[in-house]
Amino acid sequence: MALMRITSPHAHGPMSTPRVMQNVLLATVPGIIVLTHFFGFGTLVNIFWGCIVAVACESLALTLRRRPLGFYLKDYSALVTAFLLCIALPPYSPWWLIAVGIASAILLAKHLYGGLGYNPFNPAMAGYVILLISFPLQMTSWAPPRGVGELPGLLQALQACFLPATYDATTMATPLDLMKQNSSLLVEDVWLQNPQFGRWAGIGWEWVNIAFLAGGAWLLYQRIFTWHAPVAMLASLALMAALFYDGGSSASGGSPLFHLLSGATMFGAFFIVTDPVTSAVSVRGRLIYGALIGVLIYVIRVRGNYPDAVAFAVLIMNFAAPFIDHYTQPRTYGHQNTPGEN
Amino acid sequence: MSELLAQYPVFAALIALVGLGTVFGALLGFAAVRFKTEGNPIADQVNDVLPQTQCGQCGYPGCRPYAEAIANGEAINKCPPGGEAGIQALADLLDVDFIPLDEEHGEVKATVAVAFIREAECIGCTKCIQACPVDAILGAAKQMHTVITSECTGCDLCVEPCPVDCIDMLHEEQSLRTWHWDLPDPVSRQVDIIATDALAERSAQDEAA
Amino acid sequence: MRKTFSFHGGIHPPENKAQSVRTPIADAGIPAQLVIPLSQHIGAPASPIVAVGDDVLKGQMIAEPRGLVSVPVHAPTSGNIIAIEDRVIAHPSGLLAPCIVIASDGKDDWLAHTGSADYRALDKPDLLERIRNAGIAGMGGAGFPAAVKLAVKPGTAIATLIINGTECEPYITADDVLMRERAQQIIEGTKILRQLIASEETLIGVEDNKPESLVALRAAAQGTGIEIVEFPTKYPSGGEKQLIEILTGKQVPNGGLPSDVGVICQNVGTAVAIYDAIVLGRPLISRITTVTGDGVEAPQNFEVLLGTPMNYLLDKAGYQPDKNNRLIMGGPMMGFTVPTPEAPIVKTTNCLLAPTEAELPSPPPAQACIRCGMCAEVCPVTLLPQQMFWFAQGKEFEKLEQHNLFDCIECGACSWVCPSTIPLVQYYRASKAEILQLRSASEKSEHSRVRFEARQQRLERETAEKEAKRAARKQAAEQRALTAAEDGGAEDPIQAAIERAKAKKAAQLAGAENAPENELEKLEKAVVTIRKRLDTATAKLEQARIEGSDLVVALQTGVDKTAAKLAAAQQALHDYQSANSAEPPHKEPADAAQVAIARAMAARAADAGLSPQEKAQAQLQKLQQRLEKSRAKLAEVRADGAEDKIIEALASTVTRLTEKISAAQDQLNELTDA
Repeated sequence: MALMRITSPHAHGPMSTPRVMQNVLLATVPGIIVLTHFFGFGTLVNIFWGCIVAVACESLALTLRRRPLGFYLKDYSALVTAFLLCIALPPYSPWWLIAVGIASAILLAKHLYGGLGYNPFNPAMAGYVILLISFPLQMTSWAPPRGVGELPGLLQALQACFLPATYDATTMATPLDLMKQNSSLLVEDVWLQNPQFGRWAGIGWEWVNIAFLAGGAWLLYQRIFTWHAPVAMLASLALMAALFYDGGSSASGGSPLFHLLSGATMFGAFFIVTDPVTSAVSVRGRLIYGALIGVLIYVIRVRGNYPDAVAFAVLIMNFAAPFIDHYTQPRTYGHQNTPGEN
Repeated sequence: MSELLAQYPVFAALIALVGLGTVFGALLGFAAVRFKTEGNPIADQVNDVLPQTQCGQCGYPGCRPYAEAIANGEAINKCPPGGEAGIQALADLLDVDFIPLDEEHGEVKATVAVAFIREAECIGCTKCIQACPVDAILGAAKQMHTVITSECTGCDLCVEPCPVDCIDMLHEEQSLRTWHWDLPDPVSRQVDIIATDALAERSAQDEAA
Repeated sequence: MRKTFSFHGGIHPPENKAQSVRTPIADAGIPAQLVIPLSQHIGAPASPIVAVGDDVLKGQMIAEPRGLVSVPVHAPTSGNIIAIEDRVIAHPSGLLAPCIVIASDGKDDWLAHTGSADYRALDKPDLLERIRNAGIAGMGGAGFPAAVKLAVKPGTAIATLIINGTECEPYITADDVLMRERAQQIIEGTKILRQLIASEETLIGVEDNKPESLVALRAAAQGTGIEIVEFPTKYPSGGEKQLIEILTGKQVPNGGLPSDVGVICQNVGTAVAIYDAIVLGRPLISRITTVTGDGVEAPQNFEVLLGTPMNYLLDKAGYQPDKNNRLIMGGPMMGFTVPTPEAPIVKTTNCLLAPTEAELPSPPPAQACIRCGMCAEVCPVTLLPQQMFWFAQGKEFEKLEQHNLFDCIECGACSWVCPSTIPLVQYYRASKAEILQLRSASEKSEHSRVRFEARQQRLERETAEKEAKRAARKQAAEQRALTAAEDGGAEDPIQAAIERAKAKKAAQLAGAENAPENELEKLEKAVVTIRKRLDTATAKLEQARIEGSDLVVALQTGVDKTAAKLAAAQQALHDYQSANSAEPPHKEPADAAQVAIARAMAARAADAGLSPQEKAQAQLQKLQQRLEKSRAKLAEVRADGAEDKIIEALASTVTRLTEKISAAQDQLNELTDA
């Protein structure tokens, strides 16, 4: 065998992009299980159908762009996008909603910009926002959690997805909705008057968030990403909530704990904010990026028109990421200033 | 006055526009005087980008005159020694579109050459000395001439005048000093083309092994 | 325990060190032939001082240093010089480099040498000279001449001497076994170094994955004041700048040297080499090299003579070429691939790694960068490799430099962690080289610009000078004409006045027009006028003689004077004419370049759009024209009886042109046939 002539290093570490993506997929499992437990099979059906559409869209895009299918499909990035978007969608969404969302995410937000690594916006969140703006009714109707309403079975879930016309969904406002719509009641009374509230946040929601927190912690342990952005986001969200929580008047936006365990907070913190492609890259940059997302989430949740705000906050900060990068270059060994300063 | 204006609002608009025009005109005029630039900075900047081989392939007697011509609107694609990179730099500098090299003015040479006088054959006619635009040839009448390698720009202008054809253009060979790793092969970088082949090849090798 | 610090980033690759430390250092023996490259260090290569056919003794200097940053080369064994030529060396390019080849005679006879056990008696210059003459270059990998590094600028206080026993690269154990087996020599060498640079404290830094070395060193260093510092294993702790940060907490300033923070760093191998050189008087002719990897049956460490071919050493360890996919000099992180196993061992060869494909697989195609930032996390100099990768791809060199590309130590940690297996280090290496090339190109172009402008100025100056000379000559001629008119007209005041007026008018005219033709005309006029005056004066003289006037003598003087003036005017005219006729070729020297450009342009314009056949035809015609010209010139010089040398040169030109013509003819024929 002829001797190779290649540049160093000759050794390579164990990490690979497919493995990173697989780990992310694995880490969503606890959250999906809890979601299924509290809201029924809707999310599972979403994911099942979403994955099929995602692989189809990815293949289509790769074929059109004349890229080898096998090599790129193996990076699992399409599946990650499908998982993240389908988890964010309301359970029992109709098939076309999911298909439009996934197609926008993969074709528009990802491949139009040059594929994995080149997209400036988080594909899952871009798809989510496109759906939210286009189909606000379908996007804001959540199923009632176990213990509050009746849980549909698997068959009904499939029916809801693939034969939406024949399925009559029961939906309910989420705790975040209720909190926002409240204009006269004390927080305590809102809590008492609506059955959707649980111990710290909404029934089901608090456990879903805790499950995603566990998945995120596992990813941190696996060193798939660093703690900076998610911790900064959670901290700033909690801080904002604490600053404006006046003990529970009608004007208050909910306690820090309520915000941390409501809606997509933990899912966003560990699965969306950590998306490396669209976030800032340096340590300081990631702290700033995460913290600003936390602030935006709180502001949009409490003051904006939409009940949850992770997607908007993340997309807005995606815009700012290159700018943050420019000003947060770390100080190189032996240098006095950071590169951005000189 | 105000009544007049109220009656004919056109006047109000007219007065406002004239007023604005006067104010901004004065501002611009002041700026033109205050921030006046000396000389022809464009030509200087263009000259900095040109390779300074002084070869005259562009049709101008040296880089400086060509730089001045470019500043006055001459095409930017007449400099073969600068190559594509040079044209790109000029296009960036002048904010114009990139145009491919005008082959009429010569082709891009892969490596820079240096003139070499076969000294045994030199008759000392000084013709090459007069032709050299950067005074890189040393010698006197009836004395052997030689090229100062470090000063030679490889412009070729000395080859033609030599009556005994004793000047060669030598290309620098790659040495341990000049060797370096290239950027990773663009083919293997664009996995598009060969990734599948490479993987197939490897699995075939694995099977063989 | 001394407090140690840490540096940013770093990785923990599998160490793979255990397999090569199972046996003690083995002697590799003397191969039949040794190939000793003249450049085994950073800096200028040594120049040989032996000739082919010479017999040399072991330890004899065979090449001397050239310049300050250079070290000599010594014969590693006794034998005969059989060649001084370019051979393949251990370099990733596979290019050849000058080497001295010695056929060993197997006797291994030493050149008489004596060391001085009492090195304390030696002063600093003497010690440095000995270290330099022993050919010692840094043995950790970079190969910087040790004496140069030790000769710090006067006035720089060195607080800390650091002996680097880190050896952080996987697989390599050369320093480890050296510390285990020759701790005493390391300590002795360190003491010499300490005396040399008069450091306040002396540290030997060792990673905590080498407990045996730590024990051996601590035992040897007992009571010497040399501190053995243990710190956690992390790649690349062994990098000079990283080790300095670990042991002192200080960072070497950007663009500076370790001595700027009062530190000097040397490798343990260098310390032993210095001990050998000073105490035993032996130059650096052998080193310890690890031979390892699954491609060899018995990984181990060898004491090997410099210049030993790698395949000789590999065979000693049971090399299996068919299992080996690449041969690496150095470790798997920073080592480079060697083109062939015939390349020789040099002063910096600390390891030969012969891995199998399973052990170090060939790099898979790179995937897209997902900006995960793992590279930035591990970078020991806190760069942003992922950003630099984008800029390197886009060749945005300015941005690369702004991101401190040149601070990259090419440790490979970023490539190691990259989940998309992007060859980041290669991007940086290539970009660095390209930036350096661009820099030197722009320096050269700036230089050319200056030269061009200087030449332009010189030409202008020369023209101006010529102009001034011409003006001076004109003035002189006028002056002469004026005086001639005055003198000649002594007899005839009216005539003289007219002449004066005329001269004045002519001068005014010349001043107004200042054209060379005018000048010539004036000179001619002056000659004519003076001649006329002479005629008149001579006629007057004749008349006076006939008349017997007493004015004869005076008139005679006048005639003589006028005749002299005429001669002068004629001379001036002649001068002017010859000067003018000599001028044309030199008149506008700038034109020569212009003419050449015009000629080249015309040729190119004619070339453009021609078919190859037509081009060949044109080429042939051109050559024929040139031949005719050369022949004519040859005939001319022969007729003139010029120097033999010129005739010879022209004759050879004619021959060469004839050859070229026949070649062009052939080419044309070929093209026509095709």
